[in-house]
Amino acid sequence: MSGPGTDPRASAAGTSTPTRRNTELALLGFAVVLTITAQCIVDITVTGSLSPEIATFSLWYTALWVVAHLVVRRWAAYADPLLLPCVAVLVGLGLTMIHRLDIAASQVGGESTGEDAPVQLLWATIGLALFVAVLLIVRDHRMLARLAYTLALLGLVLLAIPAALPSSISEVNGAKLWIRVGGFSIQPGEFAKICLIVFFAAYLVEKRDVLALASRRVLRLELPRGRDLGPVLAAWVVSILVLVFERDLGSSLLLFGIFVVMLYVATERASWLVIGLLLFAGGAFLAYQLFGHVRVRVDTWLDPFAYADEGGYQIVQSLFGLGTGGLFGAGLGGGRPDQVPVAKSDFIAAAIGEELGLFGLVAVIVLYLILVERGLRTSLIVRDGFGKLLAAGLSFAVAWQVFVVLGGVTGLLPLTGLTTPFLAYGGSSLVANFGLVALLVRISDAARRPSAPPPAPPPKLVDAPTEVVRP
Amino acid sequence: MTAEIVLQAFRFGFLLLLWLFIFAAFRVVRADLFGGRAGRVASVPPRAAAARKRGGRGPRHLVVTAGPLSGTRITLGEQAILIGRADDSTLVLTDDFASSRHARLTNRGGQWYVEDLGSTNGTYLDQQRVQGPLLVAPGQPIRIGQTVLELRS
Repeated sequence: MSGPGTDPRASAAGTSTPTRRNTELALLGFAVVLTITAQCIVDITVTGSLSPEIATFSLWYTALWVVAHLVVRRWAAYADPLLLPCVAVLVGLGLTMIHRLDIAASQVGGESTGEDAPVQLLWATIGLALFVAVLLIVRDHRMLARLAYTLALLGLVLLAIPAALPSSISEVNGAKLWIRVGGFSIQPGEFAKICLIVFFAAYLVEKRDVLALASRRVLRLELPRGRDLGPVLAAWVVSILVLVFERDLGSSLLLFGIFVVMLYVATERASWLVIGLLLFAGGAFLAYQLFGHVRVRVDTWLDPFAYADEGGYQIVQSLFGLGTGGLFGAGLGGGRPDQVPVAKSDFIAAAIGEELGLFGLVAVIVLYLILVERGLRTSLIVRDGFGKLLAAGLSFAVAWQVFVVLGGVTGLLPLTGLTTPFLAYGGSSLVANFGLVALLVRISDAARRPSAPPPAPPPKLVDAPTEVVRP
Repeated sequence: MTAEIVLQAFRFGFLLLLWLFIFAAFRVVRADLFGGRAGRVASVPPRAAAARKRGGRGPRHLVVTAGPLSGTRITLGEQAILIGRADDSTLVLTDDFASSRHARLTNRGGQWYVEDLGSTNGTYLDQQRVQGPLLVAPGQPIRIGQTVLELRS
């Protein structure tokens, strides 16, 4: 093993410092090149020449990640080197697809709603500002544990705002989870998600002994006592309320899934997963019986082609797109991803599958996999329980979202209306996920930073050498 | 429009580039897993190498084998390892049975000794409650509350 410090001179000269910032810089450079290449390919394929905006875009996008890298280098020097590059590729691919769909929309003409790619780039810039702000404000992730209950309240308020607002402001396509003011629309639920994950982590670190130890053994499962079921029931009720008042299947599923998994991670008791699944099954059955919009989703999932003219149109088009793409895709700019309704946001994965094929879509999934793996690895090596749970929760949130969205696009799961993190068009989702990555970067910095020599423990009175005190 | 061959080159070229990025990322993951360069808590001061040569095959890691922090691994150096609930401990425990400054592992000429720092619920080496400093052999379990630690070489 060539650990840091096996060769004293090498470490003194700084050649074996384990910060890995240069690795990150190289990979970020690669990611930016990849993005710019993709943009050029789209322009040349679709219009035959480079668009004049490509230079501005390239400079802007490069500047974005140079700033991110410098901030990490200065304020989180030991952070994981793979988190940022993966995000850079994903955001870049998303921007490229949105740009490509912009061109398609302007070619078809008709009701062109203007260019979305520059708006998304602006959102990415705002996201980066949040990233920097989080890194600067949260110098030690453990300070978040002290704000846990404030953040929980903030999260619940953010979650509840759209439900309380009149439908004219908060409803888009039947789901009431927006705040639309002027030309802007934000989805406060995306930010609520992060606040609640922080709260879950702090709460579960405090309470896990009770939740893990007091149990009865039934059928080889350690069942918790009845009164300890409170928190999980509360999370379930909140999820159901979101489903009822905001008609949003996605957020509801996301919140409950995150809570159950964090409970499992905190207590190491598989019984919580079983209880969670049972509660989920009950909730899903109730929702199917009671709510029309849930029933439509499930029916179109079971047989999309039977409803191809109505509710199933999106999913059918998405499946056709993926089929057209085949293994290697139609090439960037070579397909017709604009045939899928809302391809820019909900169905961006279908657009990528059509133009880059199975290999491209799997590459995207592997990028998410690396992101999540780094998050979970951070969770393993960080030394405090709160950091462990927080990193695990944040990584799982990304993984769960990707699974649910891609499952919906490919017809494996019912459609939920969650966003693909980093890829999809949508400001709140992008900005909030930048915040999420900032937290992961902060925790991984704490996890990988060499521990400072511990300060000498205060001498105990008994051990202290006795001195003769002379007046 | 652009020639067909160029479009095909774009089509496969971009996929190749995308996967090259992923392999570059995997190389970093691999370096972390097997290179032993990063990802561990490196508290090895420069003199450790020399000490290792003198002291022969002393234990190199402190590994948490059970409890909430299970899997955590700390690379041993010359410095003492402080274990407890206090934020500045080397290993921060969140355990109701641990005291804020619970125990300390110290290096004396390549041998590690465990010492209880006056904790409420005690530190156990194997089954024995630690009273004074005790020599820890590699693989011998040290129990603090729900956490079990051992030294590995």
